[in-house]
Amino acid sequence: MSAQHIAARRPGFMQREGLQDLLDVLHHLGYRTLGPVVDEEAIQWREVETVDALPVGVQARQGPGEYRLEEQPENRLFAWNHGPQAIKPLLFSAEETLWRERLMVDGQIEIKQTLPEVEPTAIFGVRACDLAALALQDRHFLSPQHPDPHYKARREALLFIGVDCAFSAATCFCTSTGDGPSLGEGFDIGMAELDEGYLFWEGSSKGGEIIDRLSLEPASEAQLNSMIQETDRAAAQQHRFLPGESELKQLYDKLNHGHWDEIGERCLSCGNCTAVCPTCFCYSTDYQRTLDGRSAEMKRQWDSCFSPTHSSMGQFMLRRETALRYRQWLTHKLAGWQEQFGRSGCVGCGRCITWCPVGIDLTQAVAALLDGGLADA
Amino acid sequence: MLDAHLPHSAVIDRRVQESPGIFSLRLQYVDTNVQDIFEFQPGQFNMLSLFGVGEVPISIVSDPDDSHFFDHTIRVAGRVTEAMSRLQPGDRVGIRGPFGRGWPMVQAEGQDVVVVTGGLGCAPLVSVIRYLLRRRDRFGDIHIMQGVKHEDDLIWRRQYETWSREHGVNVQLAADMPGKEWPWQQGLVTELISTLDLNLEKTISMLCGPELMMLAAIAQLRDLKLDDQRIWLSMERNMQCGFGQCGHCQVGPKFVCKDGPVFCYSEVADFLGAKGF
Repeated sequence: MSAQHIAARRPGFMQREGLQDLLDVLHHLGYRTLGPVVDEEAIQWREVETVDALPVGVQARQGPGEYRLEEQPENRLFAWNHGPQAIKPLLFSAEETLWRERLMVDGQIEIKQTLPEVEPTAIFGVRACDLAALALQDRHFLSPQHPDPHYKARREALLFIGVDCAFSAATCFCTSTGDGPSLGEGFDIGMAELDEGYLFWEGSSKGGEIIDRLSLEPASEAQLNSMIQETDRAAAQQHRFLPGESELKQLYDKLNHGHWDEIGERCLSCGNCTAVCPTCFCYSTDYQRTLDGRSAEMKRQWDSCFSPTHSSMGQFMLRRETALRYRQWLTHKLAGWQEQFGRSGCVGCGRCITWCPVGIDLTQAVAALLDGGLADA
Repeated sequence: MLDAHLPHSAVIDRRVQESPGIFSLRLQYVDTNVQDIFEFQPGQFNMLSLFGVGEVPISIVSDPDDSHFFDHTIRVAGRVTEAMSRLQPGDRVGIRGPFGRGWPMVQAEGQDVVVVTGGLGCAPLVSVIRYLLRRRDRFGDIHIMQGVKHEDDLIWRRQYETWSREHGVNVQLAADMPGKEWPWQQGLVTELISTLDLNLEKTISMLCGPELMMLAAIAQLRDLKLDDQRIWLSMERNMQCGFGQCGHCQVGPKFVCKDGPVFCYSEVADFLGAKGF
């Protein structure tokens, strides 16, 4: 984290006991608050009324195909890295209805858009990688030509309270993608957890107004140093990495590499990686009619380039083999995105490694594929 | 611009059975305000939906200057198109669109145009031929090369005969399995291309059909030394949203529904014909 970066924060300090004040202010302003809660043995976004619901002293041990919650001796609230889902499901719903049509008595058909009901929602404890992913999803779903009305409605209702990562999981590699572990942008309120309390700083004017309602003390020099040390520690804990974007583009030169088949033999084509990836955006549409035949609706649900029908053209399937599906996912995520969105689609969260049932590690796959330089292997 | 997310109702004004498995619908938006702002380019497509059945992408084949209606030529290929084939004048469909990038008609002005089609995939290019002939003085010679497997697969046969009598129009048809009544070539459409004498500085080619046929045609055109920038093709993929959001139609970094379906060959050369793309 650069000195300029820190100087721009100008954080205020809050004692550990004061955290409920933030939730109270948010509730007072009409926000529903979502925060990290241990549910089904993982950290998940759930409605949080009081700080008592937050996970005290919980860390997530992550590895290829492994996620275990463990005790964290310093009783921190944000020592866990992340759960299976980023912000994606809260904006790009896993399943929703896009429009409905109804046959009227006069034979006319009435077509109506169905928009989600939203309420102002503050999400508490969002990580830098997830905010970077959110910026990418925004670029996709809020394109100037065709902004998605469903995504947009939910997006406008969200307030983000980000938190610096003080620890890294073994699967994290955000330092190499440039997306963490300290908060970059995209949050309304920034937050860092220290042993003795919390630092808060403004990320947007909306967030600034909320901070103004908290009783914060000016942060001491020692506290500012601790804030830097916390994220420095997290960065130092990372041992996985992705190469730079110009190297990643060379994956398109490796389409015939033998390593695709090696992965294809291990990969179950289950689609877990695309479901937990905070930037994957594919969806399929499904037209369904009611039993009485009087009305119908167009639904969409998350799709995955690992599903058999993703590449289907009538009876024909472009990617029958699992190796081709994995190749599609990896080349698109790391190379194709650069042309489409101006950067790679990976933010280094490592979820695809953690939640892969057979522990396929994309950083290892990339290393194997790009090993040996530029020539087509 | 029309909302890409929501269909608008259109009523069928006319229905023509082009061949046993191919029919055309002439459509008009129920809401005249919608019809008034609906604009498209040859090569673009709409998403057509039928109440209670589903939605499919279909290219627009009418002339963009015909502002009171628009036409779709549809081949029965699955459940939705099968149901659409039973529609009659007065029936309604839902329309989202138009989507995608069409043919480079501006770049084609003043050029000789080589139109190569194969199989039944000729609808997107028939709109181009009609477009060219209606604005005859703005274009050079027109070479129409169409290949079919069986003689009976050729739709609009009379139209090809009419076109062949027009000045500066060279129609060459090839059938793999010609019958007795077939006055044109036997063989593959790609074999016709090698007979062309192209003005390389003043020619643009437009291809549509099965990818293997287009690849063979591209190889022939490149053999004739036609520049890659002068070779254009229309691609087909799994398209569901129509505007580059659902992700299914991607070929490498391109969204076929948004960046295409018409591409310059150089844009997709790395992926065309590559397994898995």
